[in-house]
Amino acid sequence: MKEQISKIQKEALENVKNSKDLKELNDIRVKYLGKKGELTLLLRQMGSLSAEERPIMGAAVNTAKQEVEEKIQEKEEALRKLEMEEKLEKEEIDITLPSQKITRGSKHPLNRVIEEVEDLFVSMGYDVVSGPELETDEYCFERLNLPKGHPARDMQDSFYITADYLLRTQTSSVQARTMMANKEKSPIRVIVPGKTFRREDDATHSHQFNQVEGLVVDKNISLADLKGTLEVFMKKMLGQNTELRFRPSYFPFTEPSYEVDVTCFKCGGKGCNLCKQTGWIELLGSGIVHPNVLKMNGYDPEKYSGFAFGVGLDRLAMFKYGITDIRLLYQNDVRFLKQFDRKDEENEIKY
Amino acid sequence: MKLSINFLKDYVDLDETIDVIKIAEDMTNAGSEYDEAGKLINATGLVIAEVIECKDHPDSDHLHCCKVNTGKEILNIVCGAPNVRKGLKVILALDGAQLPGGVIKRGVIRGEESNGMICSIAELGLESKFLKEEDKAGIHELPQDAPIGEDPIKYMQMDDSVIDFDLTANRGDLLSILGMAYEIGAIYDKKVKDIDLSHKENKEDINDIFKIKVNTDNCSIFLGKKIKNVTIKESPEFIKNRLIASGIRPINNVVDISNYVMLETGQPLHFYDADCLKGCLEVRMAKEGEKLRTLDNIERTLKAEDIVISDGEKAIGLAGVMGGYDTEITDKTKNIIIESAIFDSVKVRRTSNAILRSEASNRFEKGLDPNRTYMAIERSCNLLEKYADAEIVGGLAIYDTTEKEDKVIDITAKNINAILGMEISEKDILDVFRRLGFKSSVKNDIITVSVPRRRIDISIKEDLIEEVGRIYGVNNIKGKLPNILPKMGSYDKVSRQIRNKMIDLGLNETLSYVLVPEADSKMFTKDDYEVVKLLDPLSEDKNTLRHSLSIALYKIYEYNKARNNKDACIYELGKAFQKKGEEYSETQKIAALMSGDYYLGIDKKKVDFYVIKGVAEEILDYLGYNGRYSFIKDKEKMPDQMHPGQSAIISVNNDYVGIIGKIHPEIESEDVYILEIDLDKLLAKKVGKMKYKEISKFPSIKKDLALVVDKKLTAQEISTKIKKYAGSMLDSQEVFDVYTGKGIDEDKKSIAFSLTFAKTDRTLTDEEINEVMEKIIAGVKKDLKAELR
Repeated sequence: MKEQISKIQKEALENVKNSKDLKELNDIRVKYLGKKGELTLLLRQMGSLSAEERPIMGAAVNTAKQEVEEKIQEKEEALRKLEMEEKLEKEEIDITLPSQKITRGSKHPLNRVIEEVEDLFVSMGYDVVSGPELETDEYCFERLNLPKGHPARDMQDSFYITADYLLRTQTSSVQARTMMANKEKSPIRVIVPGKTFRREDDATHSHQFNQVEGLVVDKNISLADLKGTLEVFMKKMLGQNTELRFRPSYFPFTEPSYEVDVTCFKCGGKGCNLCKQTGWIELLGSGIVHPNVLKMNGYDPEKYSGFAFGVGLDRLAMFKYGITDIRLLYQNDVRFLKQFDRKDEENEIKY
Repeated sequence: MKLSINFLKDYVDLDETIDVIKIAEDMTNAGSEYDEAGKLINATGLVIAEVIECKDHPDSDHLHCCKVNTGKEILNIVCGAPNVRKGLKVILALDGAQLPGGVIKRGVIRGEESNGMICSIAELGLESKFLKEEDKAGIHELPQDAPIGEDPIKYMQMDDSVIDFDLTANRGDLLSILGMAYEIGAIYDKKVKDIDLSHKENKEDINDIFKIKVNTDNCSIFLGKKIKNVTIKESPEFIKNRLIASGIRPINNVVDISNYVMLETGQPLHFYDADCLKGCLEVRMAKEGEKLRTLDNIERTLKAEDIVISDGEKAIGLAGVMGGYDTEITDKTKNIIIESAIFDSVKVRRTSNAILRSEASNRFEKGLDPNRTYMAIERSCNLLEKYADAEIVGGLAIYDTTEKEDKVIDITAKNINAILGMEISEKDILDVFRRLGFKSSVKNDIITVSVPRRRIDISIKEDLIEEVGRIYGVNNIKGKLPNILPKMGSYDKVSRQIRNKMIDLGLNETLSYVLVPEADSKMFTKDDYEVVKLLDPLSEDKNTLRHSLSIALYKIYEYNKARNNKDACIYELGKAFQKKGEEYSETQKIAALMSGDYYLGIDKKKVDFYVIKGVAEEILDYLGYNGRYSFIKDKEKMPDQMHPGQSAIISVNNDYVGIIGKIHPEIESEDVYILEIDLDKLLAKKVGKMKYKEISKFPSIKKDLALVVDKKLTAQEISTKIKKYAGSMLDSQEVFDVYTGKGIDEDKKSIAFSLTFAKTDRTLTDEEINEVMEKIIAGVKKDLKAELR
């Protein structure tokens, strides 16, 4: 019997060694170690042995079984590894092939700038308000100290619908609306981003463009408050190193009035063709709210004062994204629009 | 306003070395921007020379070969001008001279040496409107006594500099040399010099021989002065040159003086040929339809709003805008009536906008100082006496209702500093007023300021604050943030959320024009409204306000299609406009347009109705309207530009809020789909709070149901019935297959639903499910004549 054991064991080990895959190996396991396996069957024959032989033979069969089992396991591991390697090799791909895009849409660059301005001012406690684009002459001009026949109306050639209705030429129209609506005279802090329209169309002017208006009305508001606010605004939009220069000007709804120049964003103030070698770019109109405007819209100019400013957003957007032609903003070429799907760089400012 | 620096120097002393650009910059910083500043004649390398020999060029029928004496040397010059001849004094540009047209270089012209160029006035850069006839034809002929070798620009008194200002509408006072002198004087702290008004007058009195009448409120002052025996001739060089520098064409001494005085004082004047008048001038409103031939020999038809000057019978001048043809100064004029007046600025503006904008109307529109109305008459007398040999008739015909005294305004240093946010001392403030030429006195901290009438822009305290800021400077103000109680800022979050959702869905945001062509303005809508049209559009393709955003998006699509960008998935949120009855209104809308490939996850898909429907549903679900909307085919409400079989109205709570579908193939050959929703209407429908819905702990059971139904039956009609018969056990259902073709009758289709059944409190049994399935099948058989497949 001993010979039989070692014969079967030898044969089994030989088979394990030669097995090619896991299935064959499993067949071998069944053939020798399964319920009806050859080694298992040998254990069943123990009954015919003598009491002395039985434990010896039993131990011999078990040792053989154990050895075979160990070899099968070793082989199994080796085969598994081999199979995995083959599988991995088979699954290898060319990672440089183009990706399958998951395409998101994009936000219009002008609206991106509007949102940036909104977020800044909302963080300072301002309300973002809008007003009608189809506005009345009363709110667009008369309530802003621009009576009919005023020569300053020439500054803004308008699209009239009737003698009383027009497309708003400036977001300033919302100044009067905001003041009139604020019956309890709580402090006003608003910005008004939106579309504006003027009767001109050429390489540098679009008949439709975007402005943001700012209005603050309370007690003791001064030019210093305007300057500080615009400094924060401009540094946020154009960078920490941006400086402001106030130049006296004239707007019928503010007195005093100032044009505000900012450090040229192209050359940083050194002088270049964009700023015509001056180092400055004219960007905003601003001033202290004219007492007539306060009076006409329900505020006592002896008690209250305020500041207002307006800035063209098209130019800000053009600067921000290096857009050289204003018409690109309104052509809506999808090849242009699709480019704006990246997050903006934020200007960190200290103030 | 073009400012001649030579002219300015008559009234204020400037440092000889001061650069014109520096003046322009300093004025800009004080509130008056400039467009251009530089020399009147921008040329170098010029010399006065004499032509000492002039022969025809051997190889040309029009060129001449000249020998020219520059005082230093004799140069050979080839010249093509017809008027070049021996003995002529000329302007010679030497080798290397810089002219506005380029650099002059020595060269050989058809075999003949030429060492420079004999110049015409045009070649020095003067606009042709300023040229005399003889100067247009050829080279400029200098007087015989012109000194050879000297600078011709200086000799012609054209060594002037000019600043072209872009003045603000309030500073009418700067439309005069005197006004500029006060302003620049204030900036550099220089005193303004007196104007010479001296002249002699004869013993006559105009009031004995001439009458003025003012029969309208639109003329506040009207002065008449008579001048006799003028000699009409060319003006002296300085007058001509200053007019040219100021952009006005010289005509003759008398006309030039009227313009010269207007430039000096800002007061427009009109000179009439006295012999063409009937002994009187009347100011009145025009009669509607009244005719007047103006100076430019055009017959104008007047309106009742125009102010006219009449000779007592008919209109002879358009007040403040332009004189009449019949009474103008001619070469034969001997006697003159000078009119100096102020007309209503609004009326003049209206008339000049309708007829013609002139130097005069520009000044009347912005307002004038009545003191200058008198001054201008006297200054004219002074110049006419000197340069037109005039005899001045005594007396002045006067109609005057104006105030001429200084305006008195009280202010304190505290007022000024509170607004400027600065701490300027009272002493510094008083100094600003002194520099501006305003008298001031102080009592108990109150500064009383007397503002001369020339400063029409100043009437209230705030105007004075601006003056202090302007002259003192505000650039050293320290900025601060307003000291107001903090609060939370707000903005229209919903719009932004909707826009972000659209972007998440893969659409690109556009920003289109509100103005569209009227012809297209009724496209993509069947709403009941009137279009809103512009009174005075820039062009026909932008003359109407859009009522639908789809039209704007469709224009954008066409633009892109023409550039072969056929994959367009775009949207816009914006305003649309309409008129109903007498009311104008605007509505917030959102529209999307989709065509070509849509990138859905990792696969691209050709856009079809179901893709854009998916976008619509995503937005509606996102806004909380899940289960409250439906897409309905409604011929009444569907715009004609939509494909009748592939479009629908969007209804929320049975209320129309928008349209969706394919553009009619008659309009668009490509497959283009649009979606438009009235956001004002939609968002007015309240939605409940978002709440967590319990997830069943018990397993759900899925059953498939394939039905053969009439082809025209919609999925929605079937699913409504399924829902009805399934009762509460049905958790959800979806269509997973639609089939027509082999095995199905022509007029039928097969439609397969996947039904999910669940209860949150227990596991459903097979018996229960089978019972419900039978109910559903029996129901759809009965109601829809459906058959099981």
